[in-house]
Amino acid sequence: MNAFLAIVRRDLLLAARRKSEVFTALFFFMIVVSLFPLGIGPESATLRRIAPGVLWVAALLAAMLSLNRLFAADHQDGTLEQMSLSPTPLALLVSGKVLAHWLTAGLPLVLLAPVLGLQFDLSARSLGILMISLLLGTPVLSLIGAIGAALTLGVRGGGVLLSLLVLPLYIPALIFGAGAVEADLAGLGAGGHLSLLGALLALGMFFAPWAATAALRIALE
Amino acid sequence: MLRAHGLACDRGDRRLFSAVDLSVSPGEWLQVEGANGAGKTSLLRILAGLAPVAEGLIEWEGRPVAEVRDDYHARLLYLGHAPAIKEDLSALENLHTTAAVAGRPLDEATAMAALRRIGLKGREDLPARVLSQGQKRRVALARLLCSQARLWILDEPFVALDVAAVAQLCSILDDHLSRGGMLIFTSHQAVQLAGTGASLRLGTPPAPREGAA
Repeated sequence: MNAFLAIVRRDLLLAARRKSEVFTALFFFMIVVSLFPLGIGPESATLRRIAPGVLWVAALLAAMLSLNRLFAADHQDGTLEQMSLSPTPLALLVSGKVLAHWLTAGLPLVLLAPVLGLQFDLSARSLGILMISLLLGTPVLSLIGAIGAALTLGVRGGGVLLSLLVLPLYIPALIFGAGAVEADLAGLGAGGHLSLLGALLALGMFFAPWAATAALRIALE
Repeated sequence: MLRAHGLACDRGDRRLFSAVDLSVSPGEWLQVEGANGAGKTSLLRILAGLAPVAEGLIEWEGRPVAEVRDDYHARLLYLGHAPAIKEDLSALENLHTTAAVAGRPLDEATAMAALRRIGLKGREDLPARVLSQGQKRRVALARLLCSQARLWILDEPFVALDVAAVAQLCSILDDHLSRGGMLIFTSHQAVQLAGTGASLRLGTPPAPREGAA
């Protein structure tokens, strides 16, 4: 457990020393989301309709921006070797890295989303649902992303391959995440969608670290 | 003790070495020698469990390493070519993190004492990126001072070190051996260490044939 916390702390420290990387993803999220109201015009009915999808797609892309650095630096400087020799299971250390990734790349999106959602004339209630859906969904993005990042480790041009690999896997999270807000707007209640998103998260937390670890072991050989 | 019989290593479809036998008992050291490309690093990675064993058997305390992997890794310290130093973290933070990952968190005083002894006094809080190559190696070597591991596997530990640091590293290695530790390392230079030691010379790799890819 000590090693897990040490990994989380180290990755947060590294992110704090390299703030530009965190802020790049955040600004990307803000700009992409803000482009839609500017491009489509101020029709509030249209904006409300597209809001969940736009916010969710932008969050997917923003969370993916930082993925290819998730393991690459550790692979290069030998940290990954030391992690795999640790008496703490590698899967637990990988979970630590995923948690740190979510705290720096996912959580800020959750906090920023309601502010950006105001541009789409969403009600306070819908903004709340949006936040909950992102709170459940962004960890799924980090978890699935970790598998992709581990699989493309050391591959030339891995960045493009990573997006081709990971984006299709993000589809369920996108459907249920954006669906929750849409269902709420339509008056159907968001409970079902959020439960499914929660189920995805539970599955991801259980399986993704193992899958990523297996891929990392291949990369280490 | 660590024993290995009949180890072989393949790189692609080329065999780097085969039928390598070695054994290291407490207080003993083994220097792995060989030309560039002879497979020294590959051998160390196989012994550390980072690379798969193509052929042969490695035993730790009389049992195959595959069976006692956790126990083996808890007693092993491996320092490879890449020193696992984060450029953006200070020497002290680097040492704390690597020690915690290795399962032995350090207290502040021990970590500071180790960095001072390795010659980084006054540089404990500088980010590693402003340190010289040799100083970065020293940060990595500070781990040795805090380690309780029985078996050290060091890949080119003397590289980039100045004369004083080489002498100091030798004394650290002597201390480890006199405490009954085991040591396997690669180096191109002749090293005088205490205790009994042996050297293992890996054969020169066969020259690539004309026209072979």
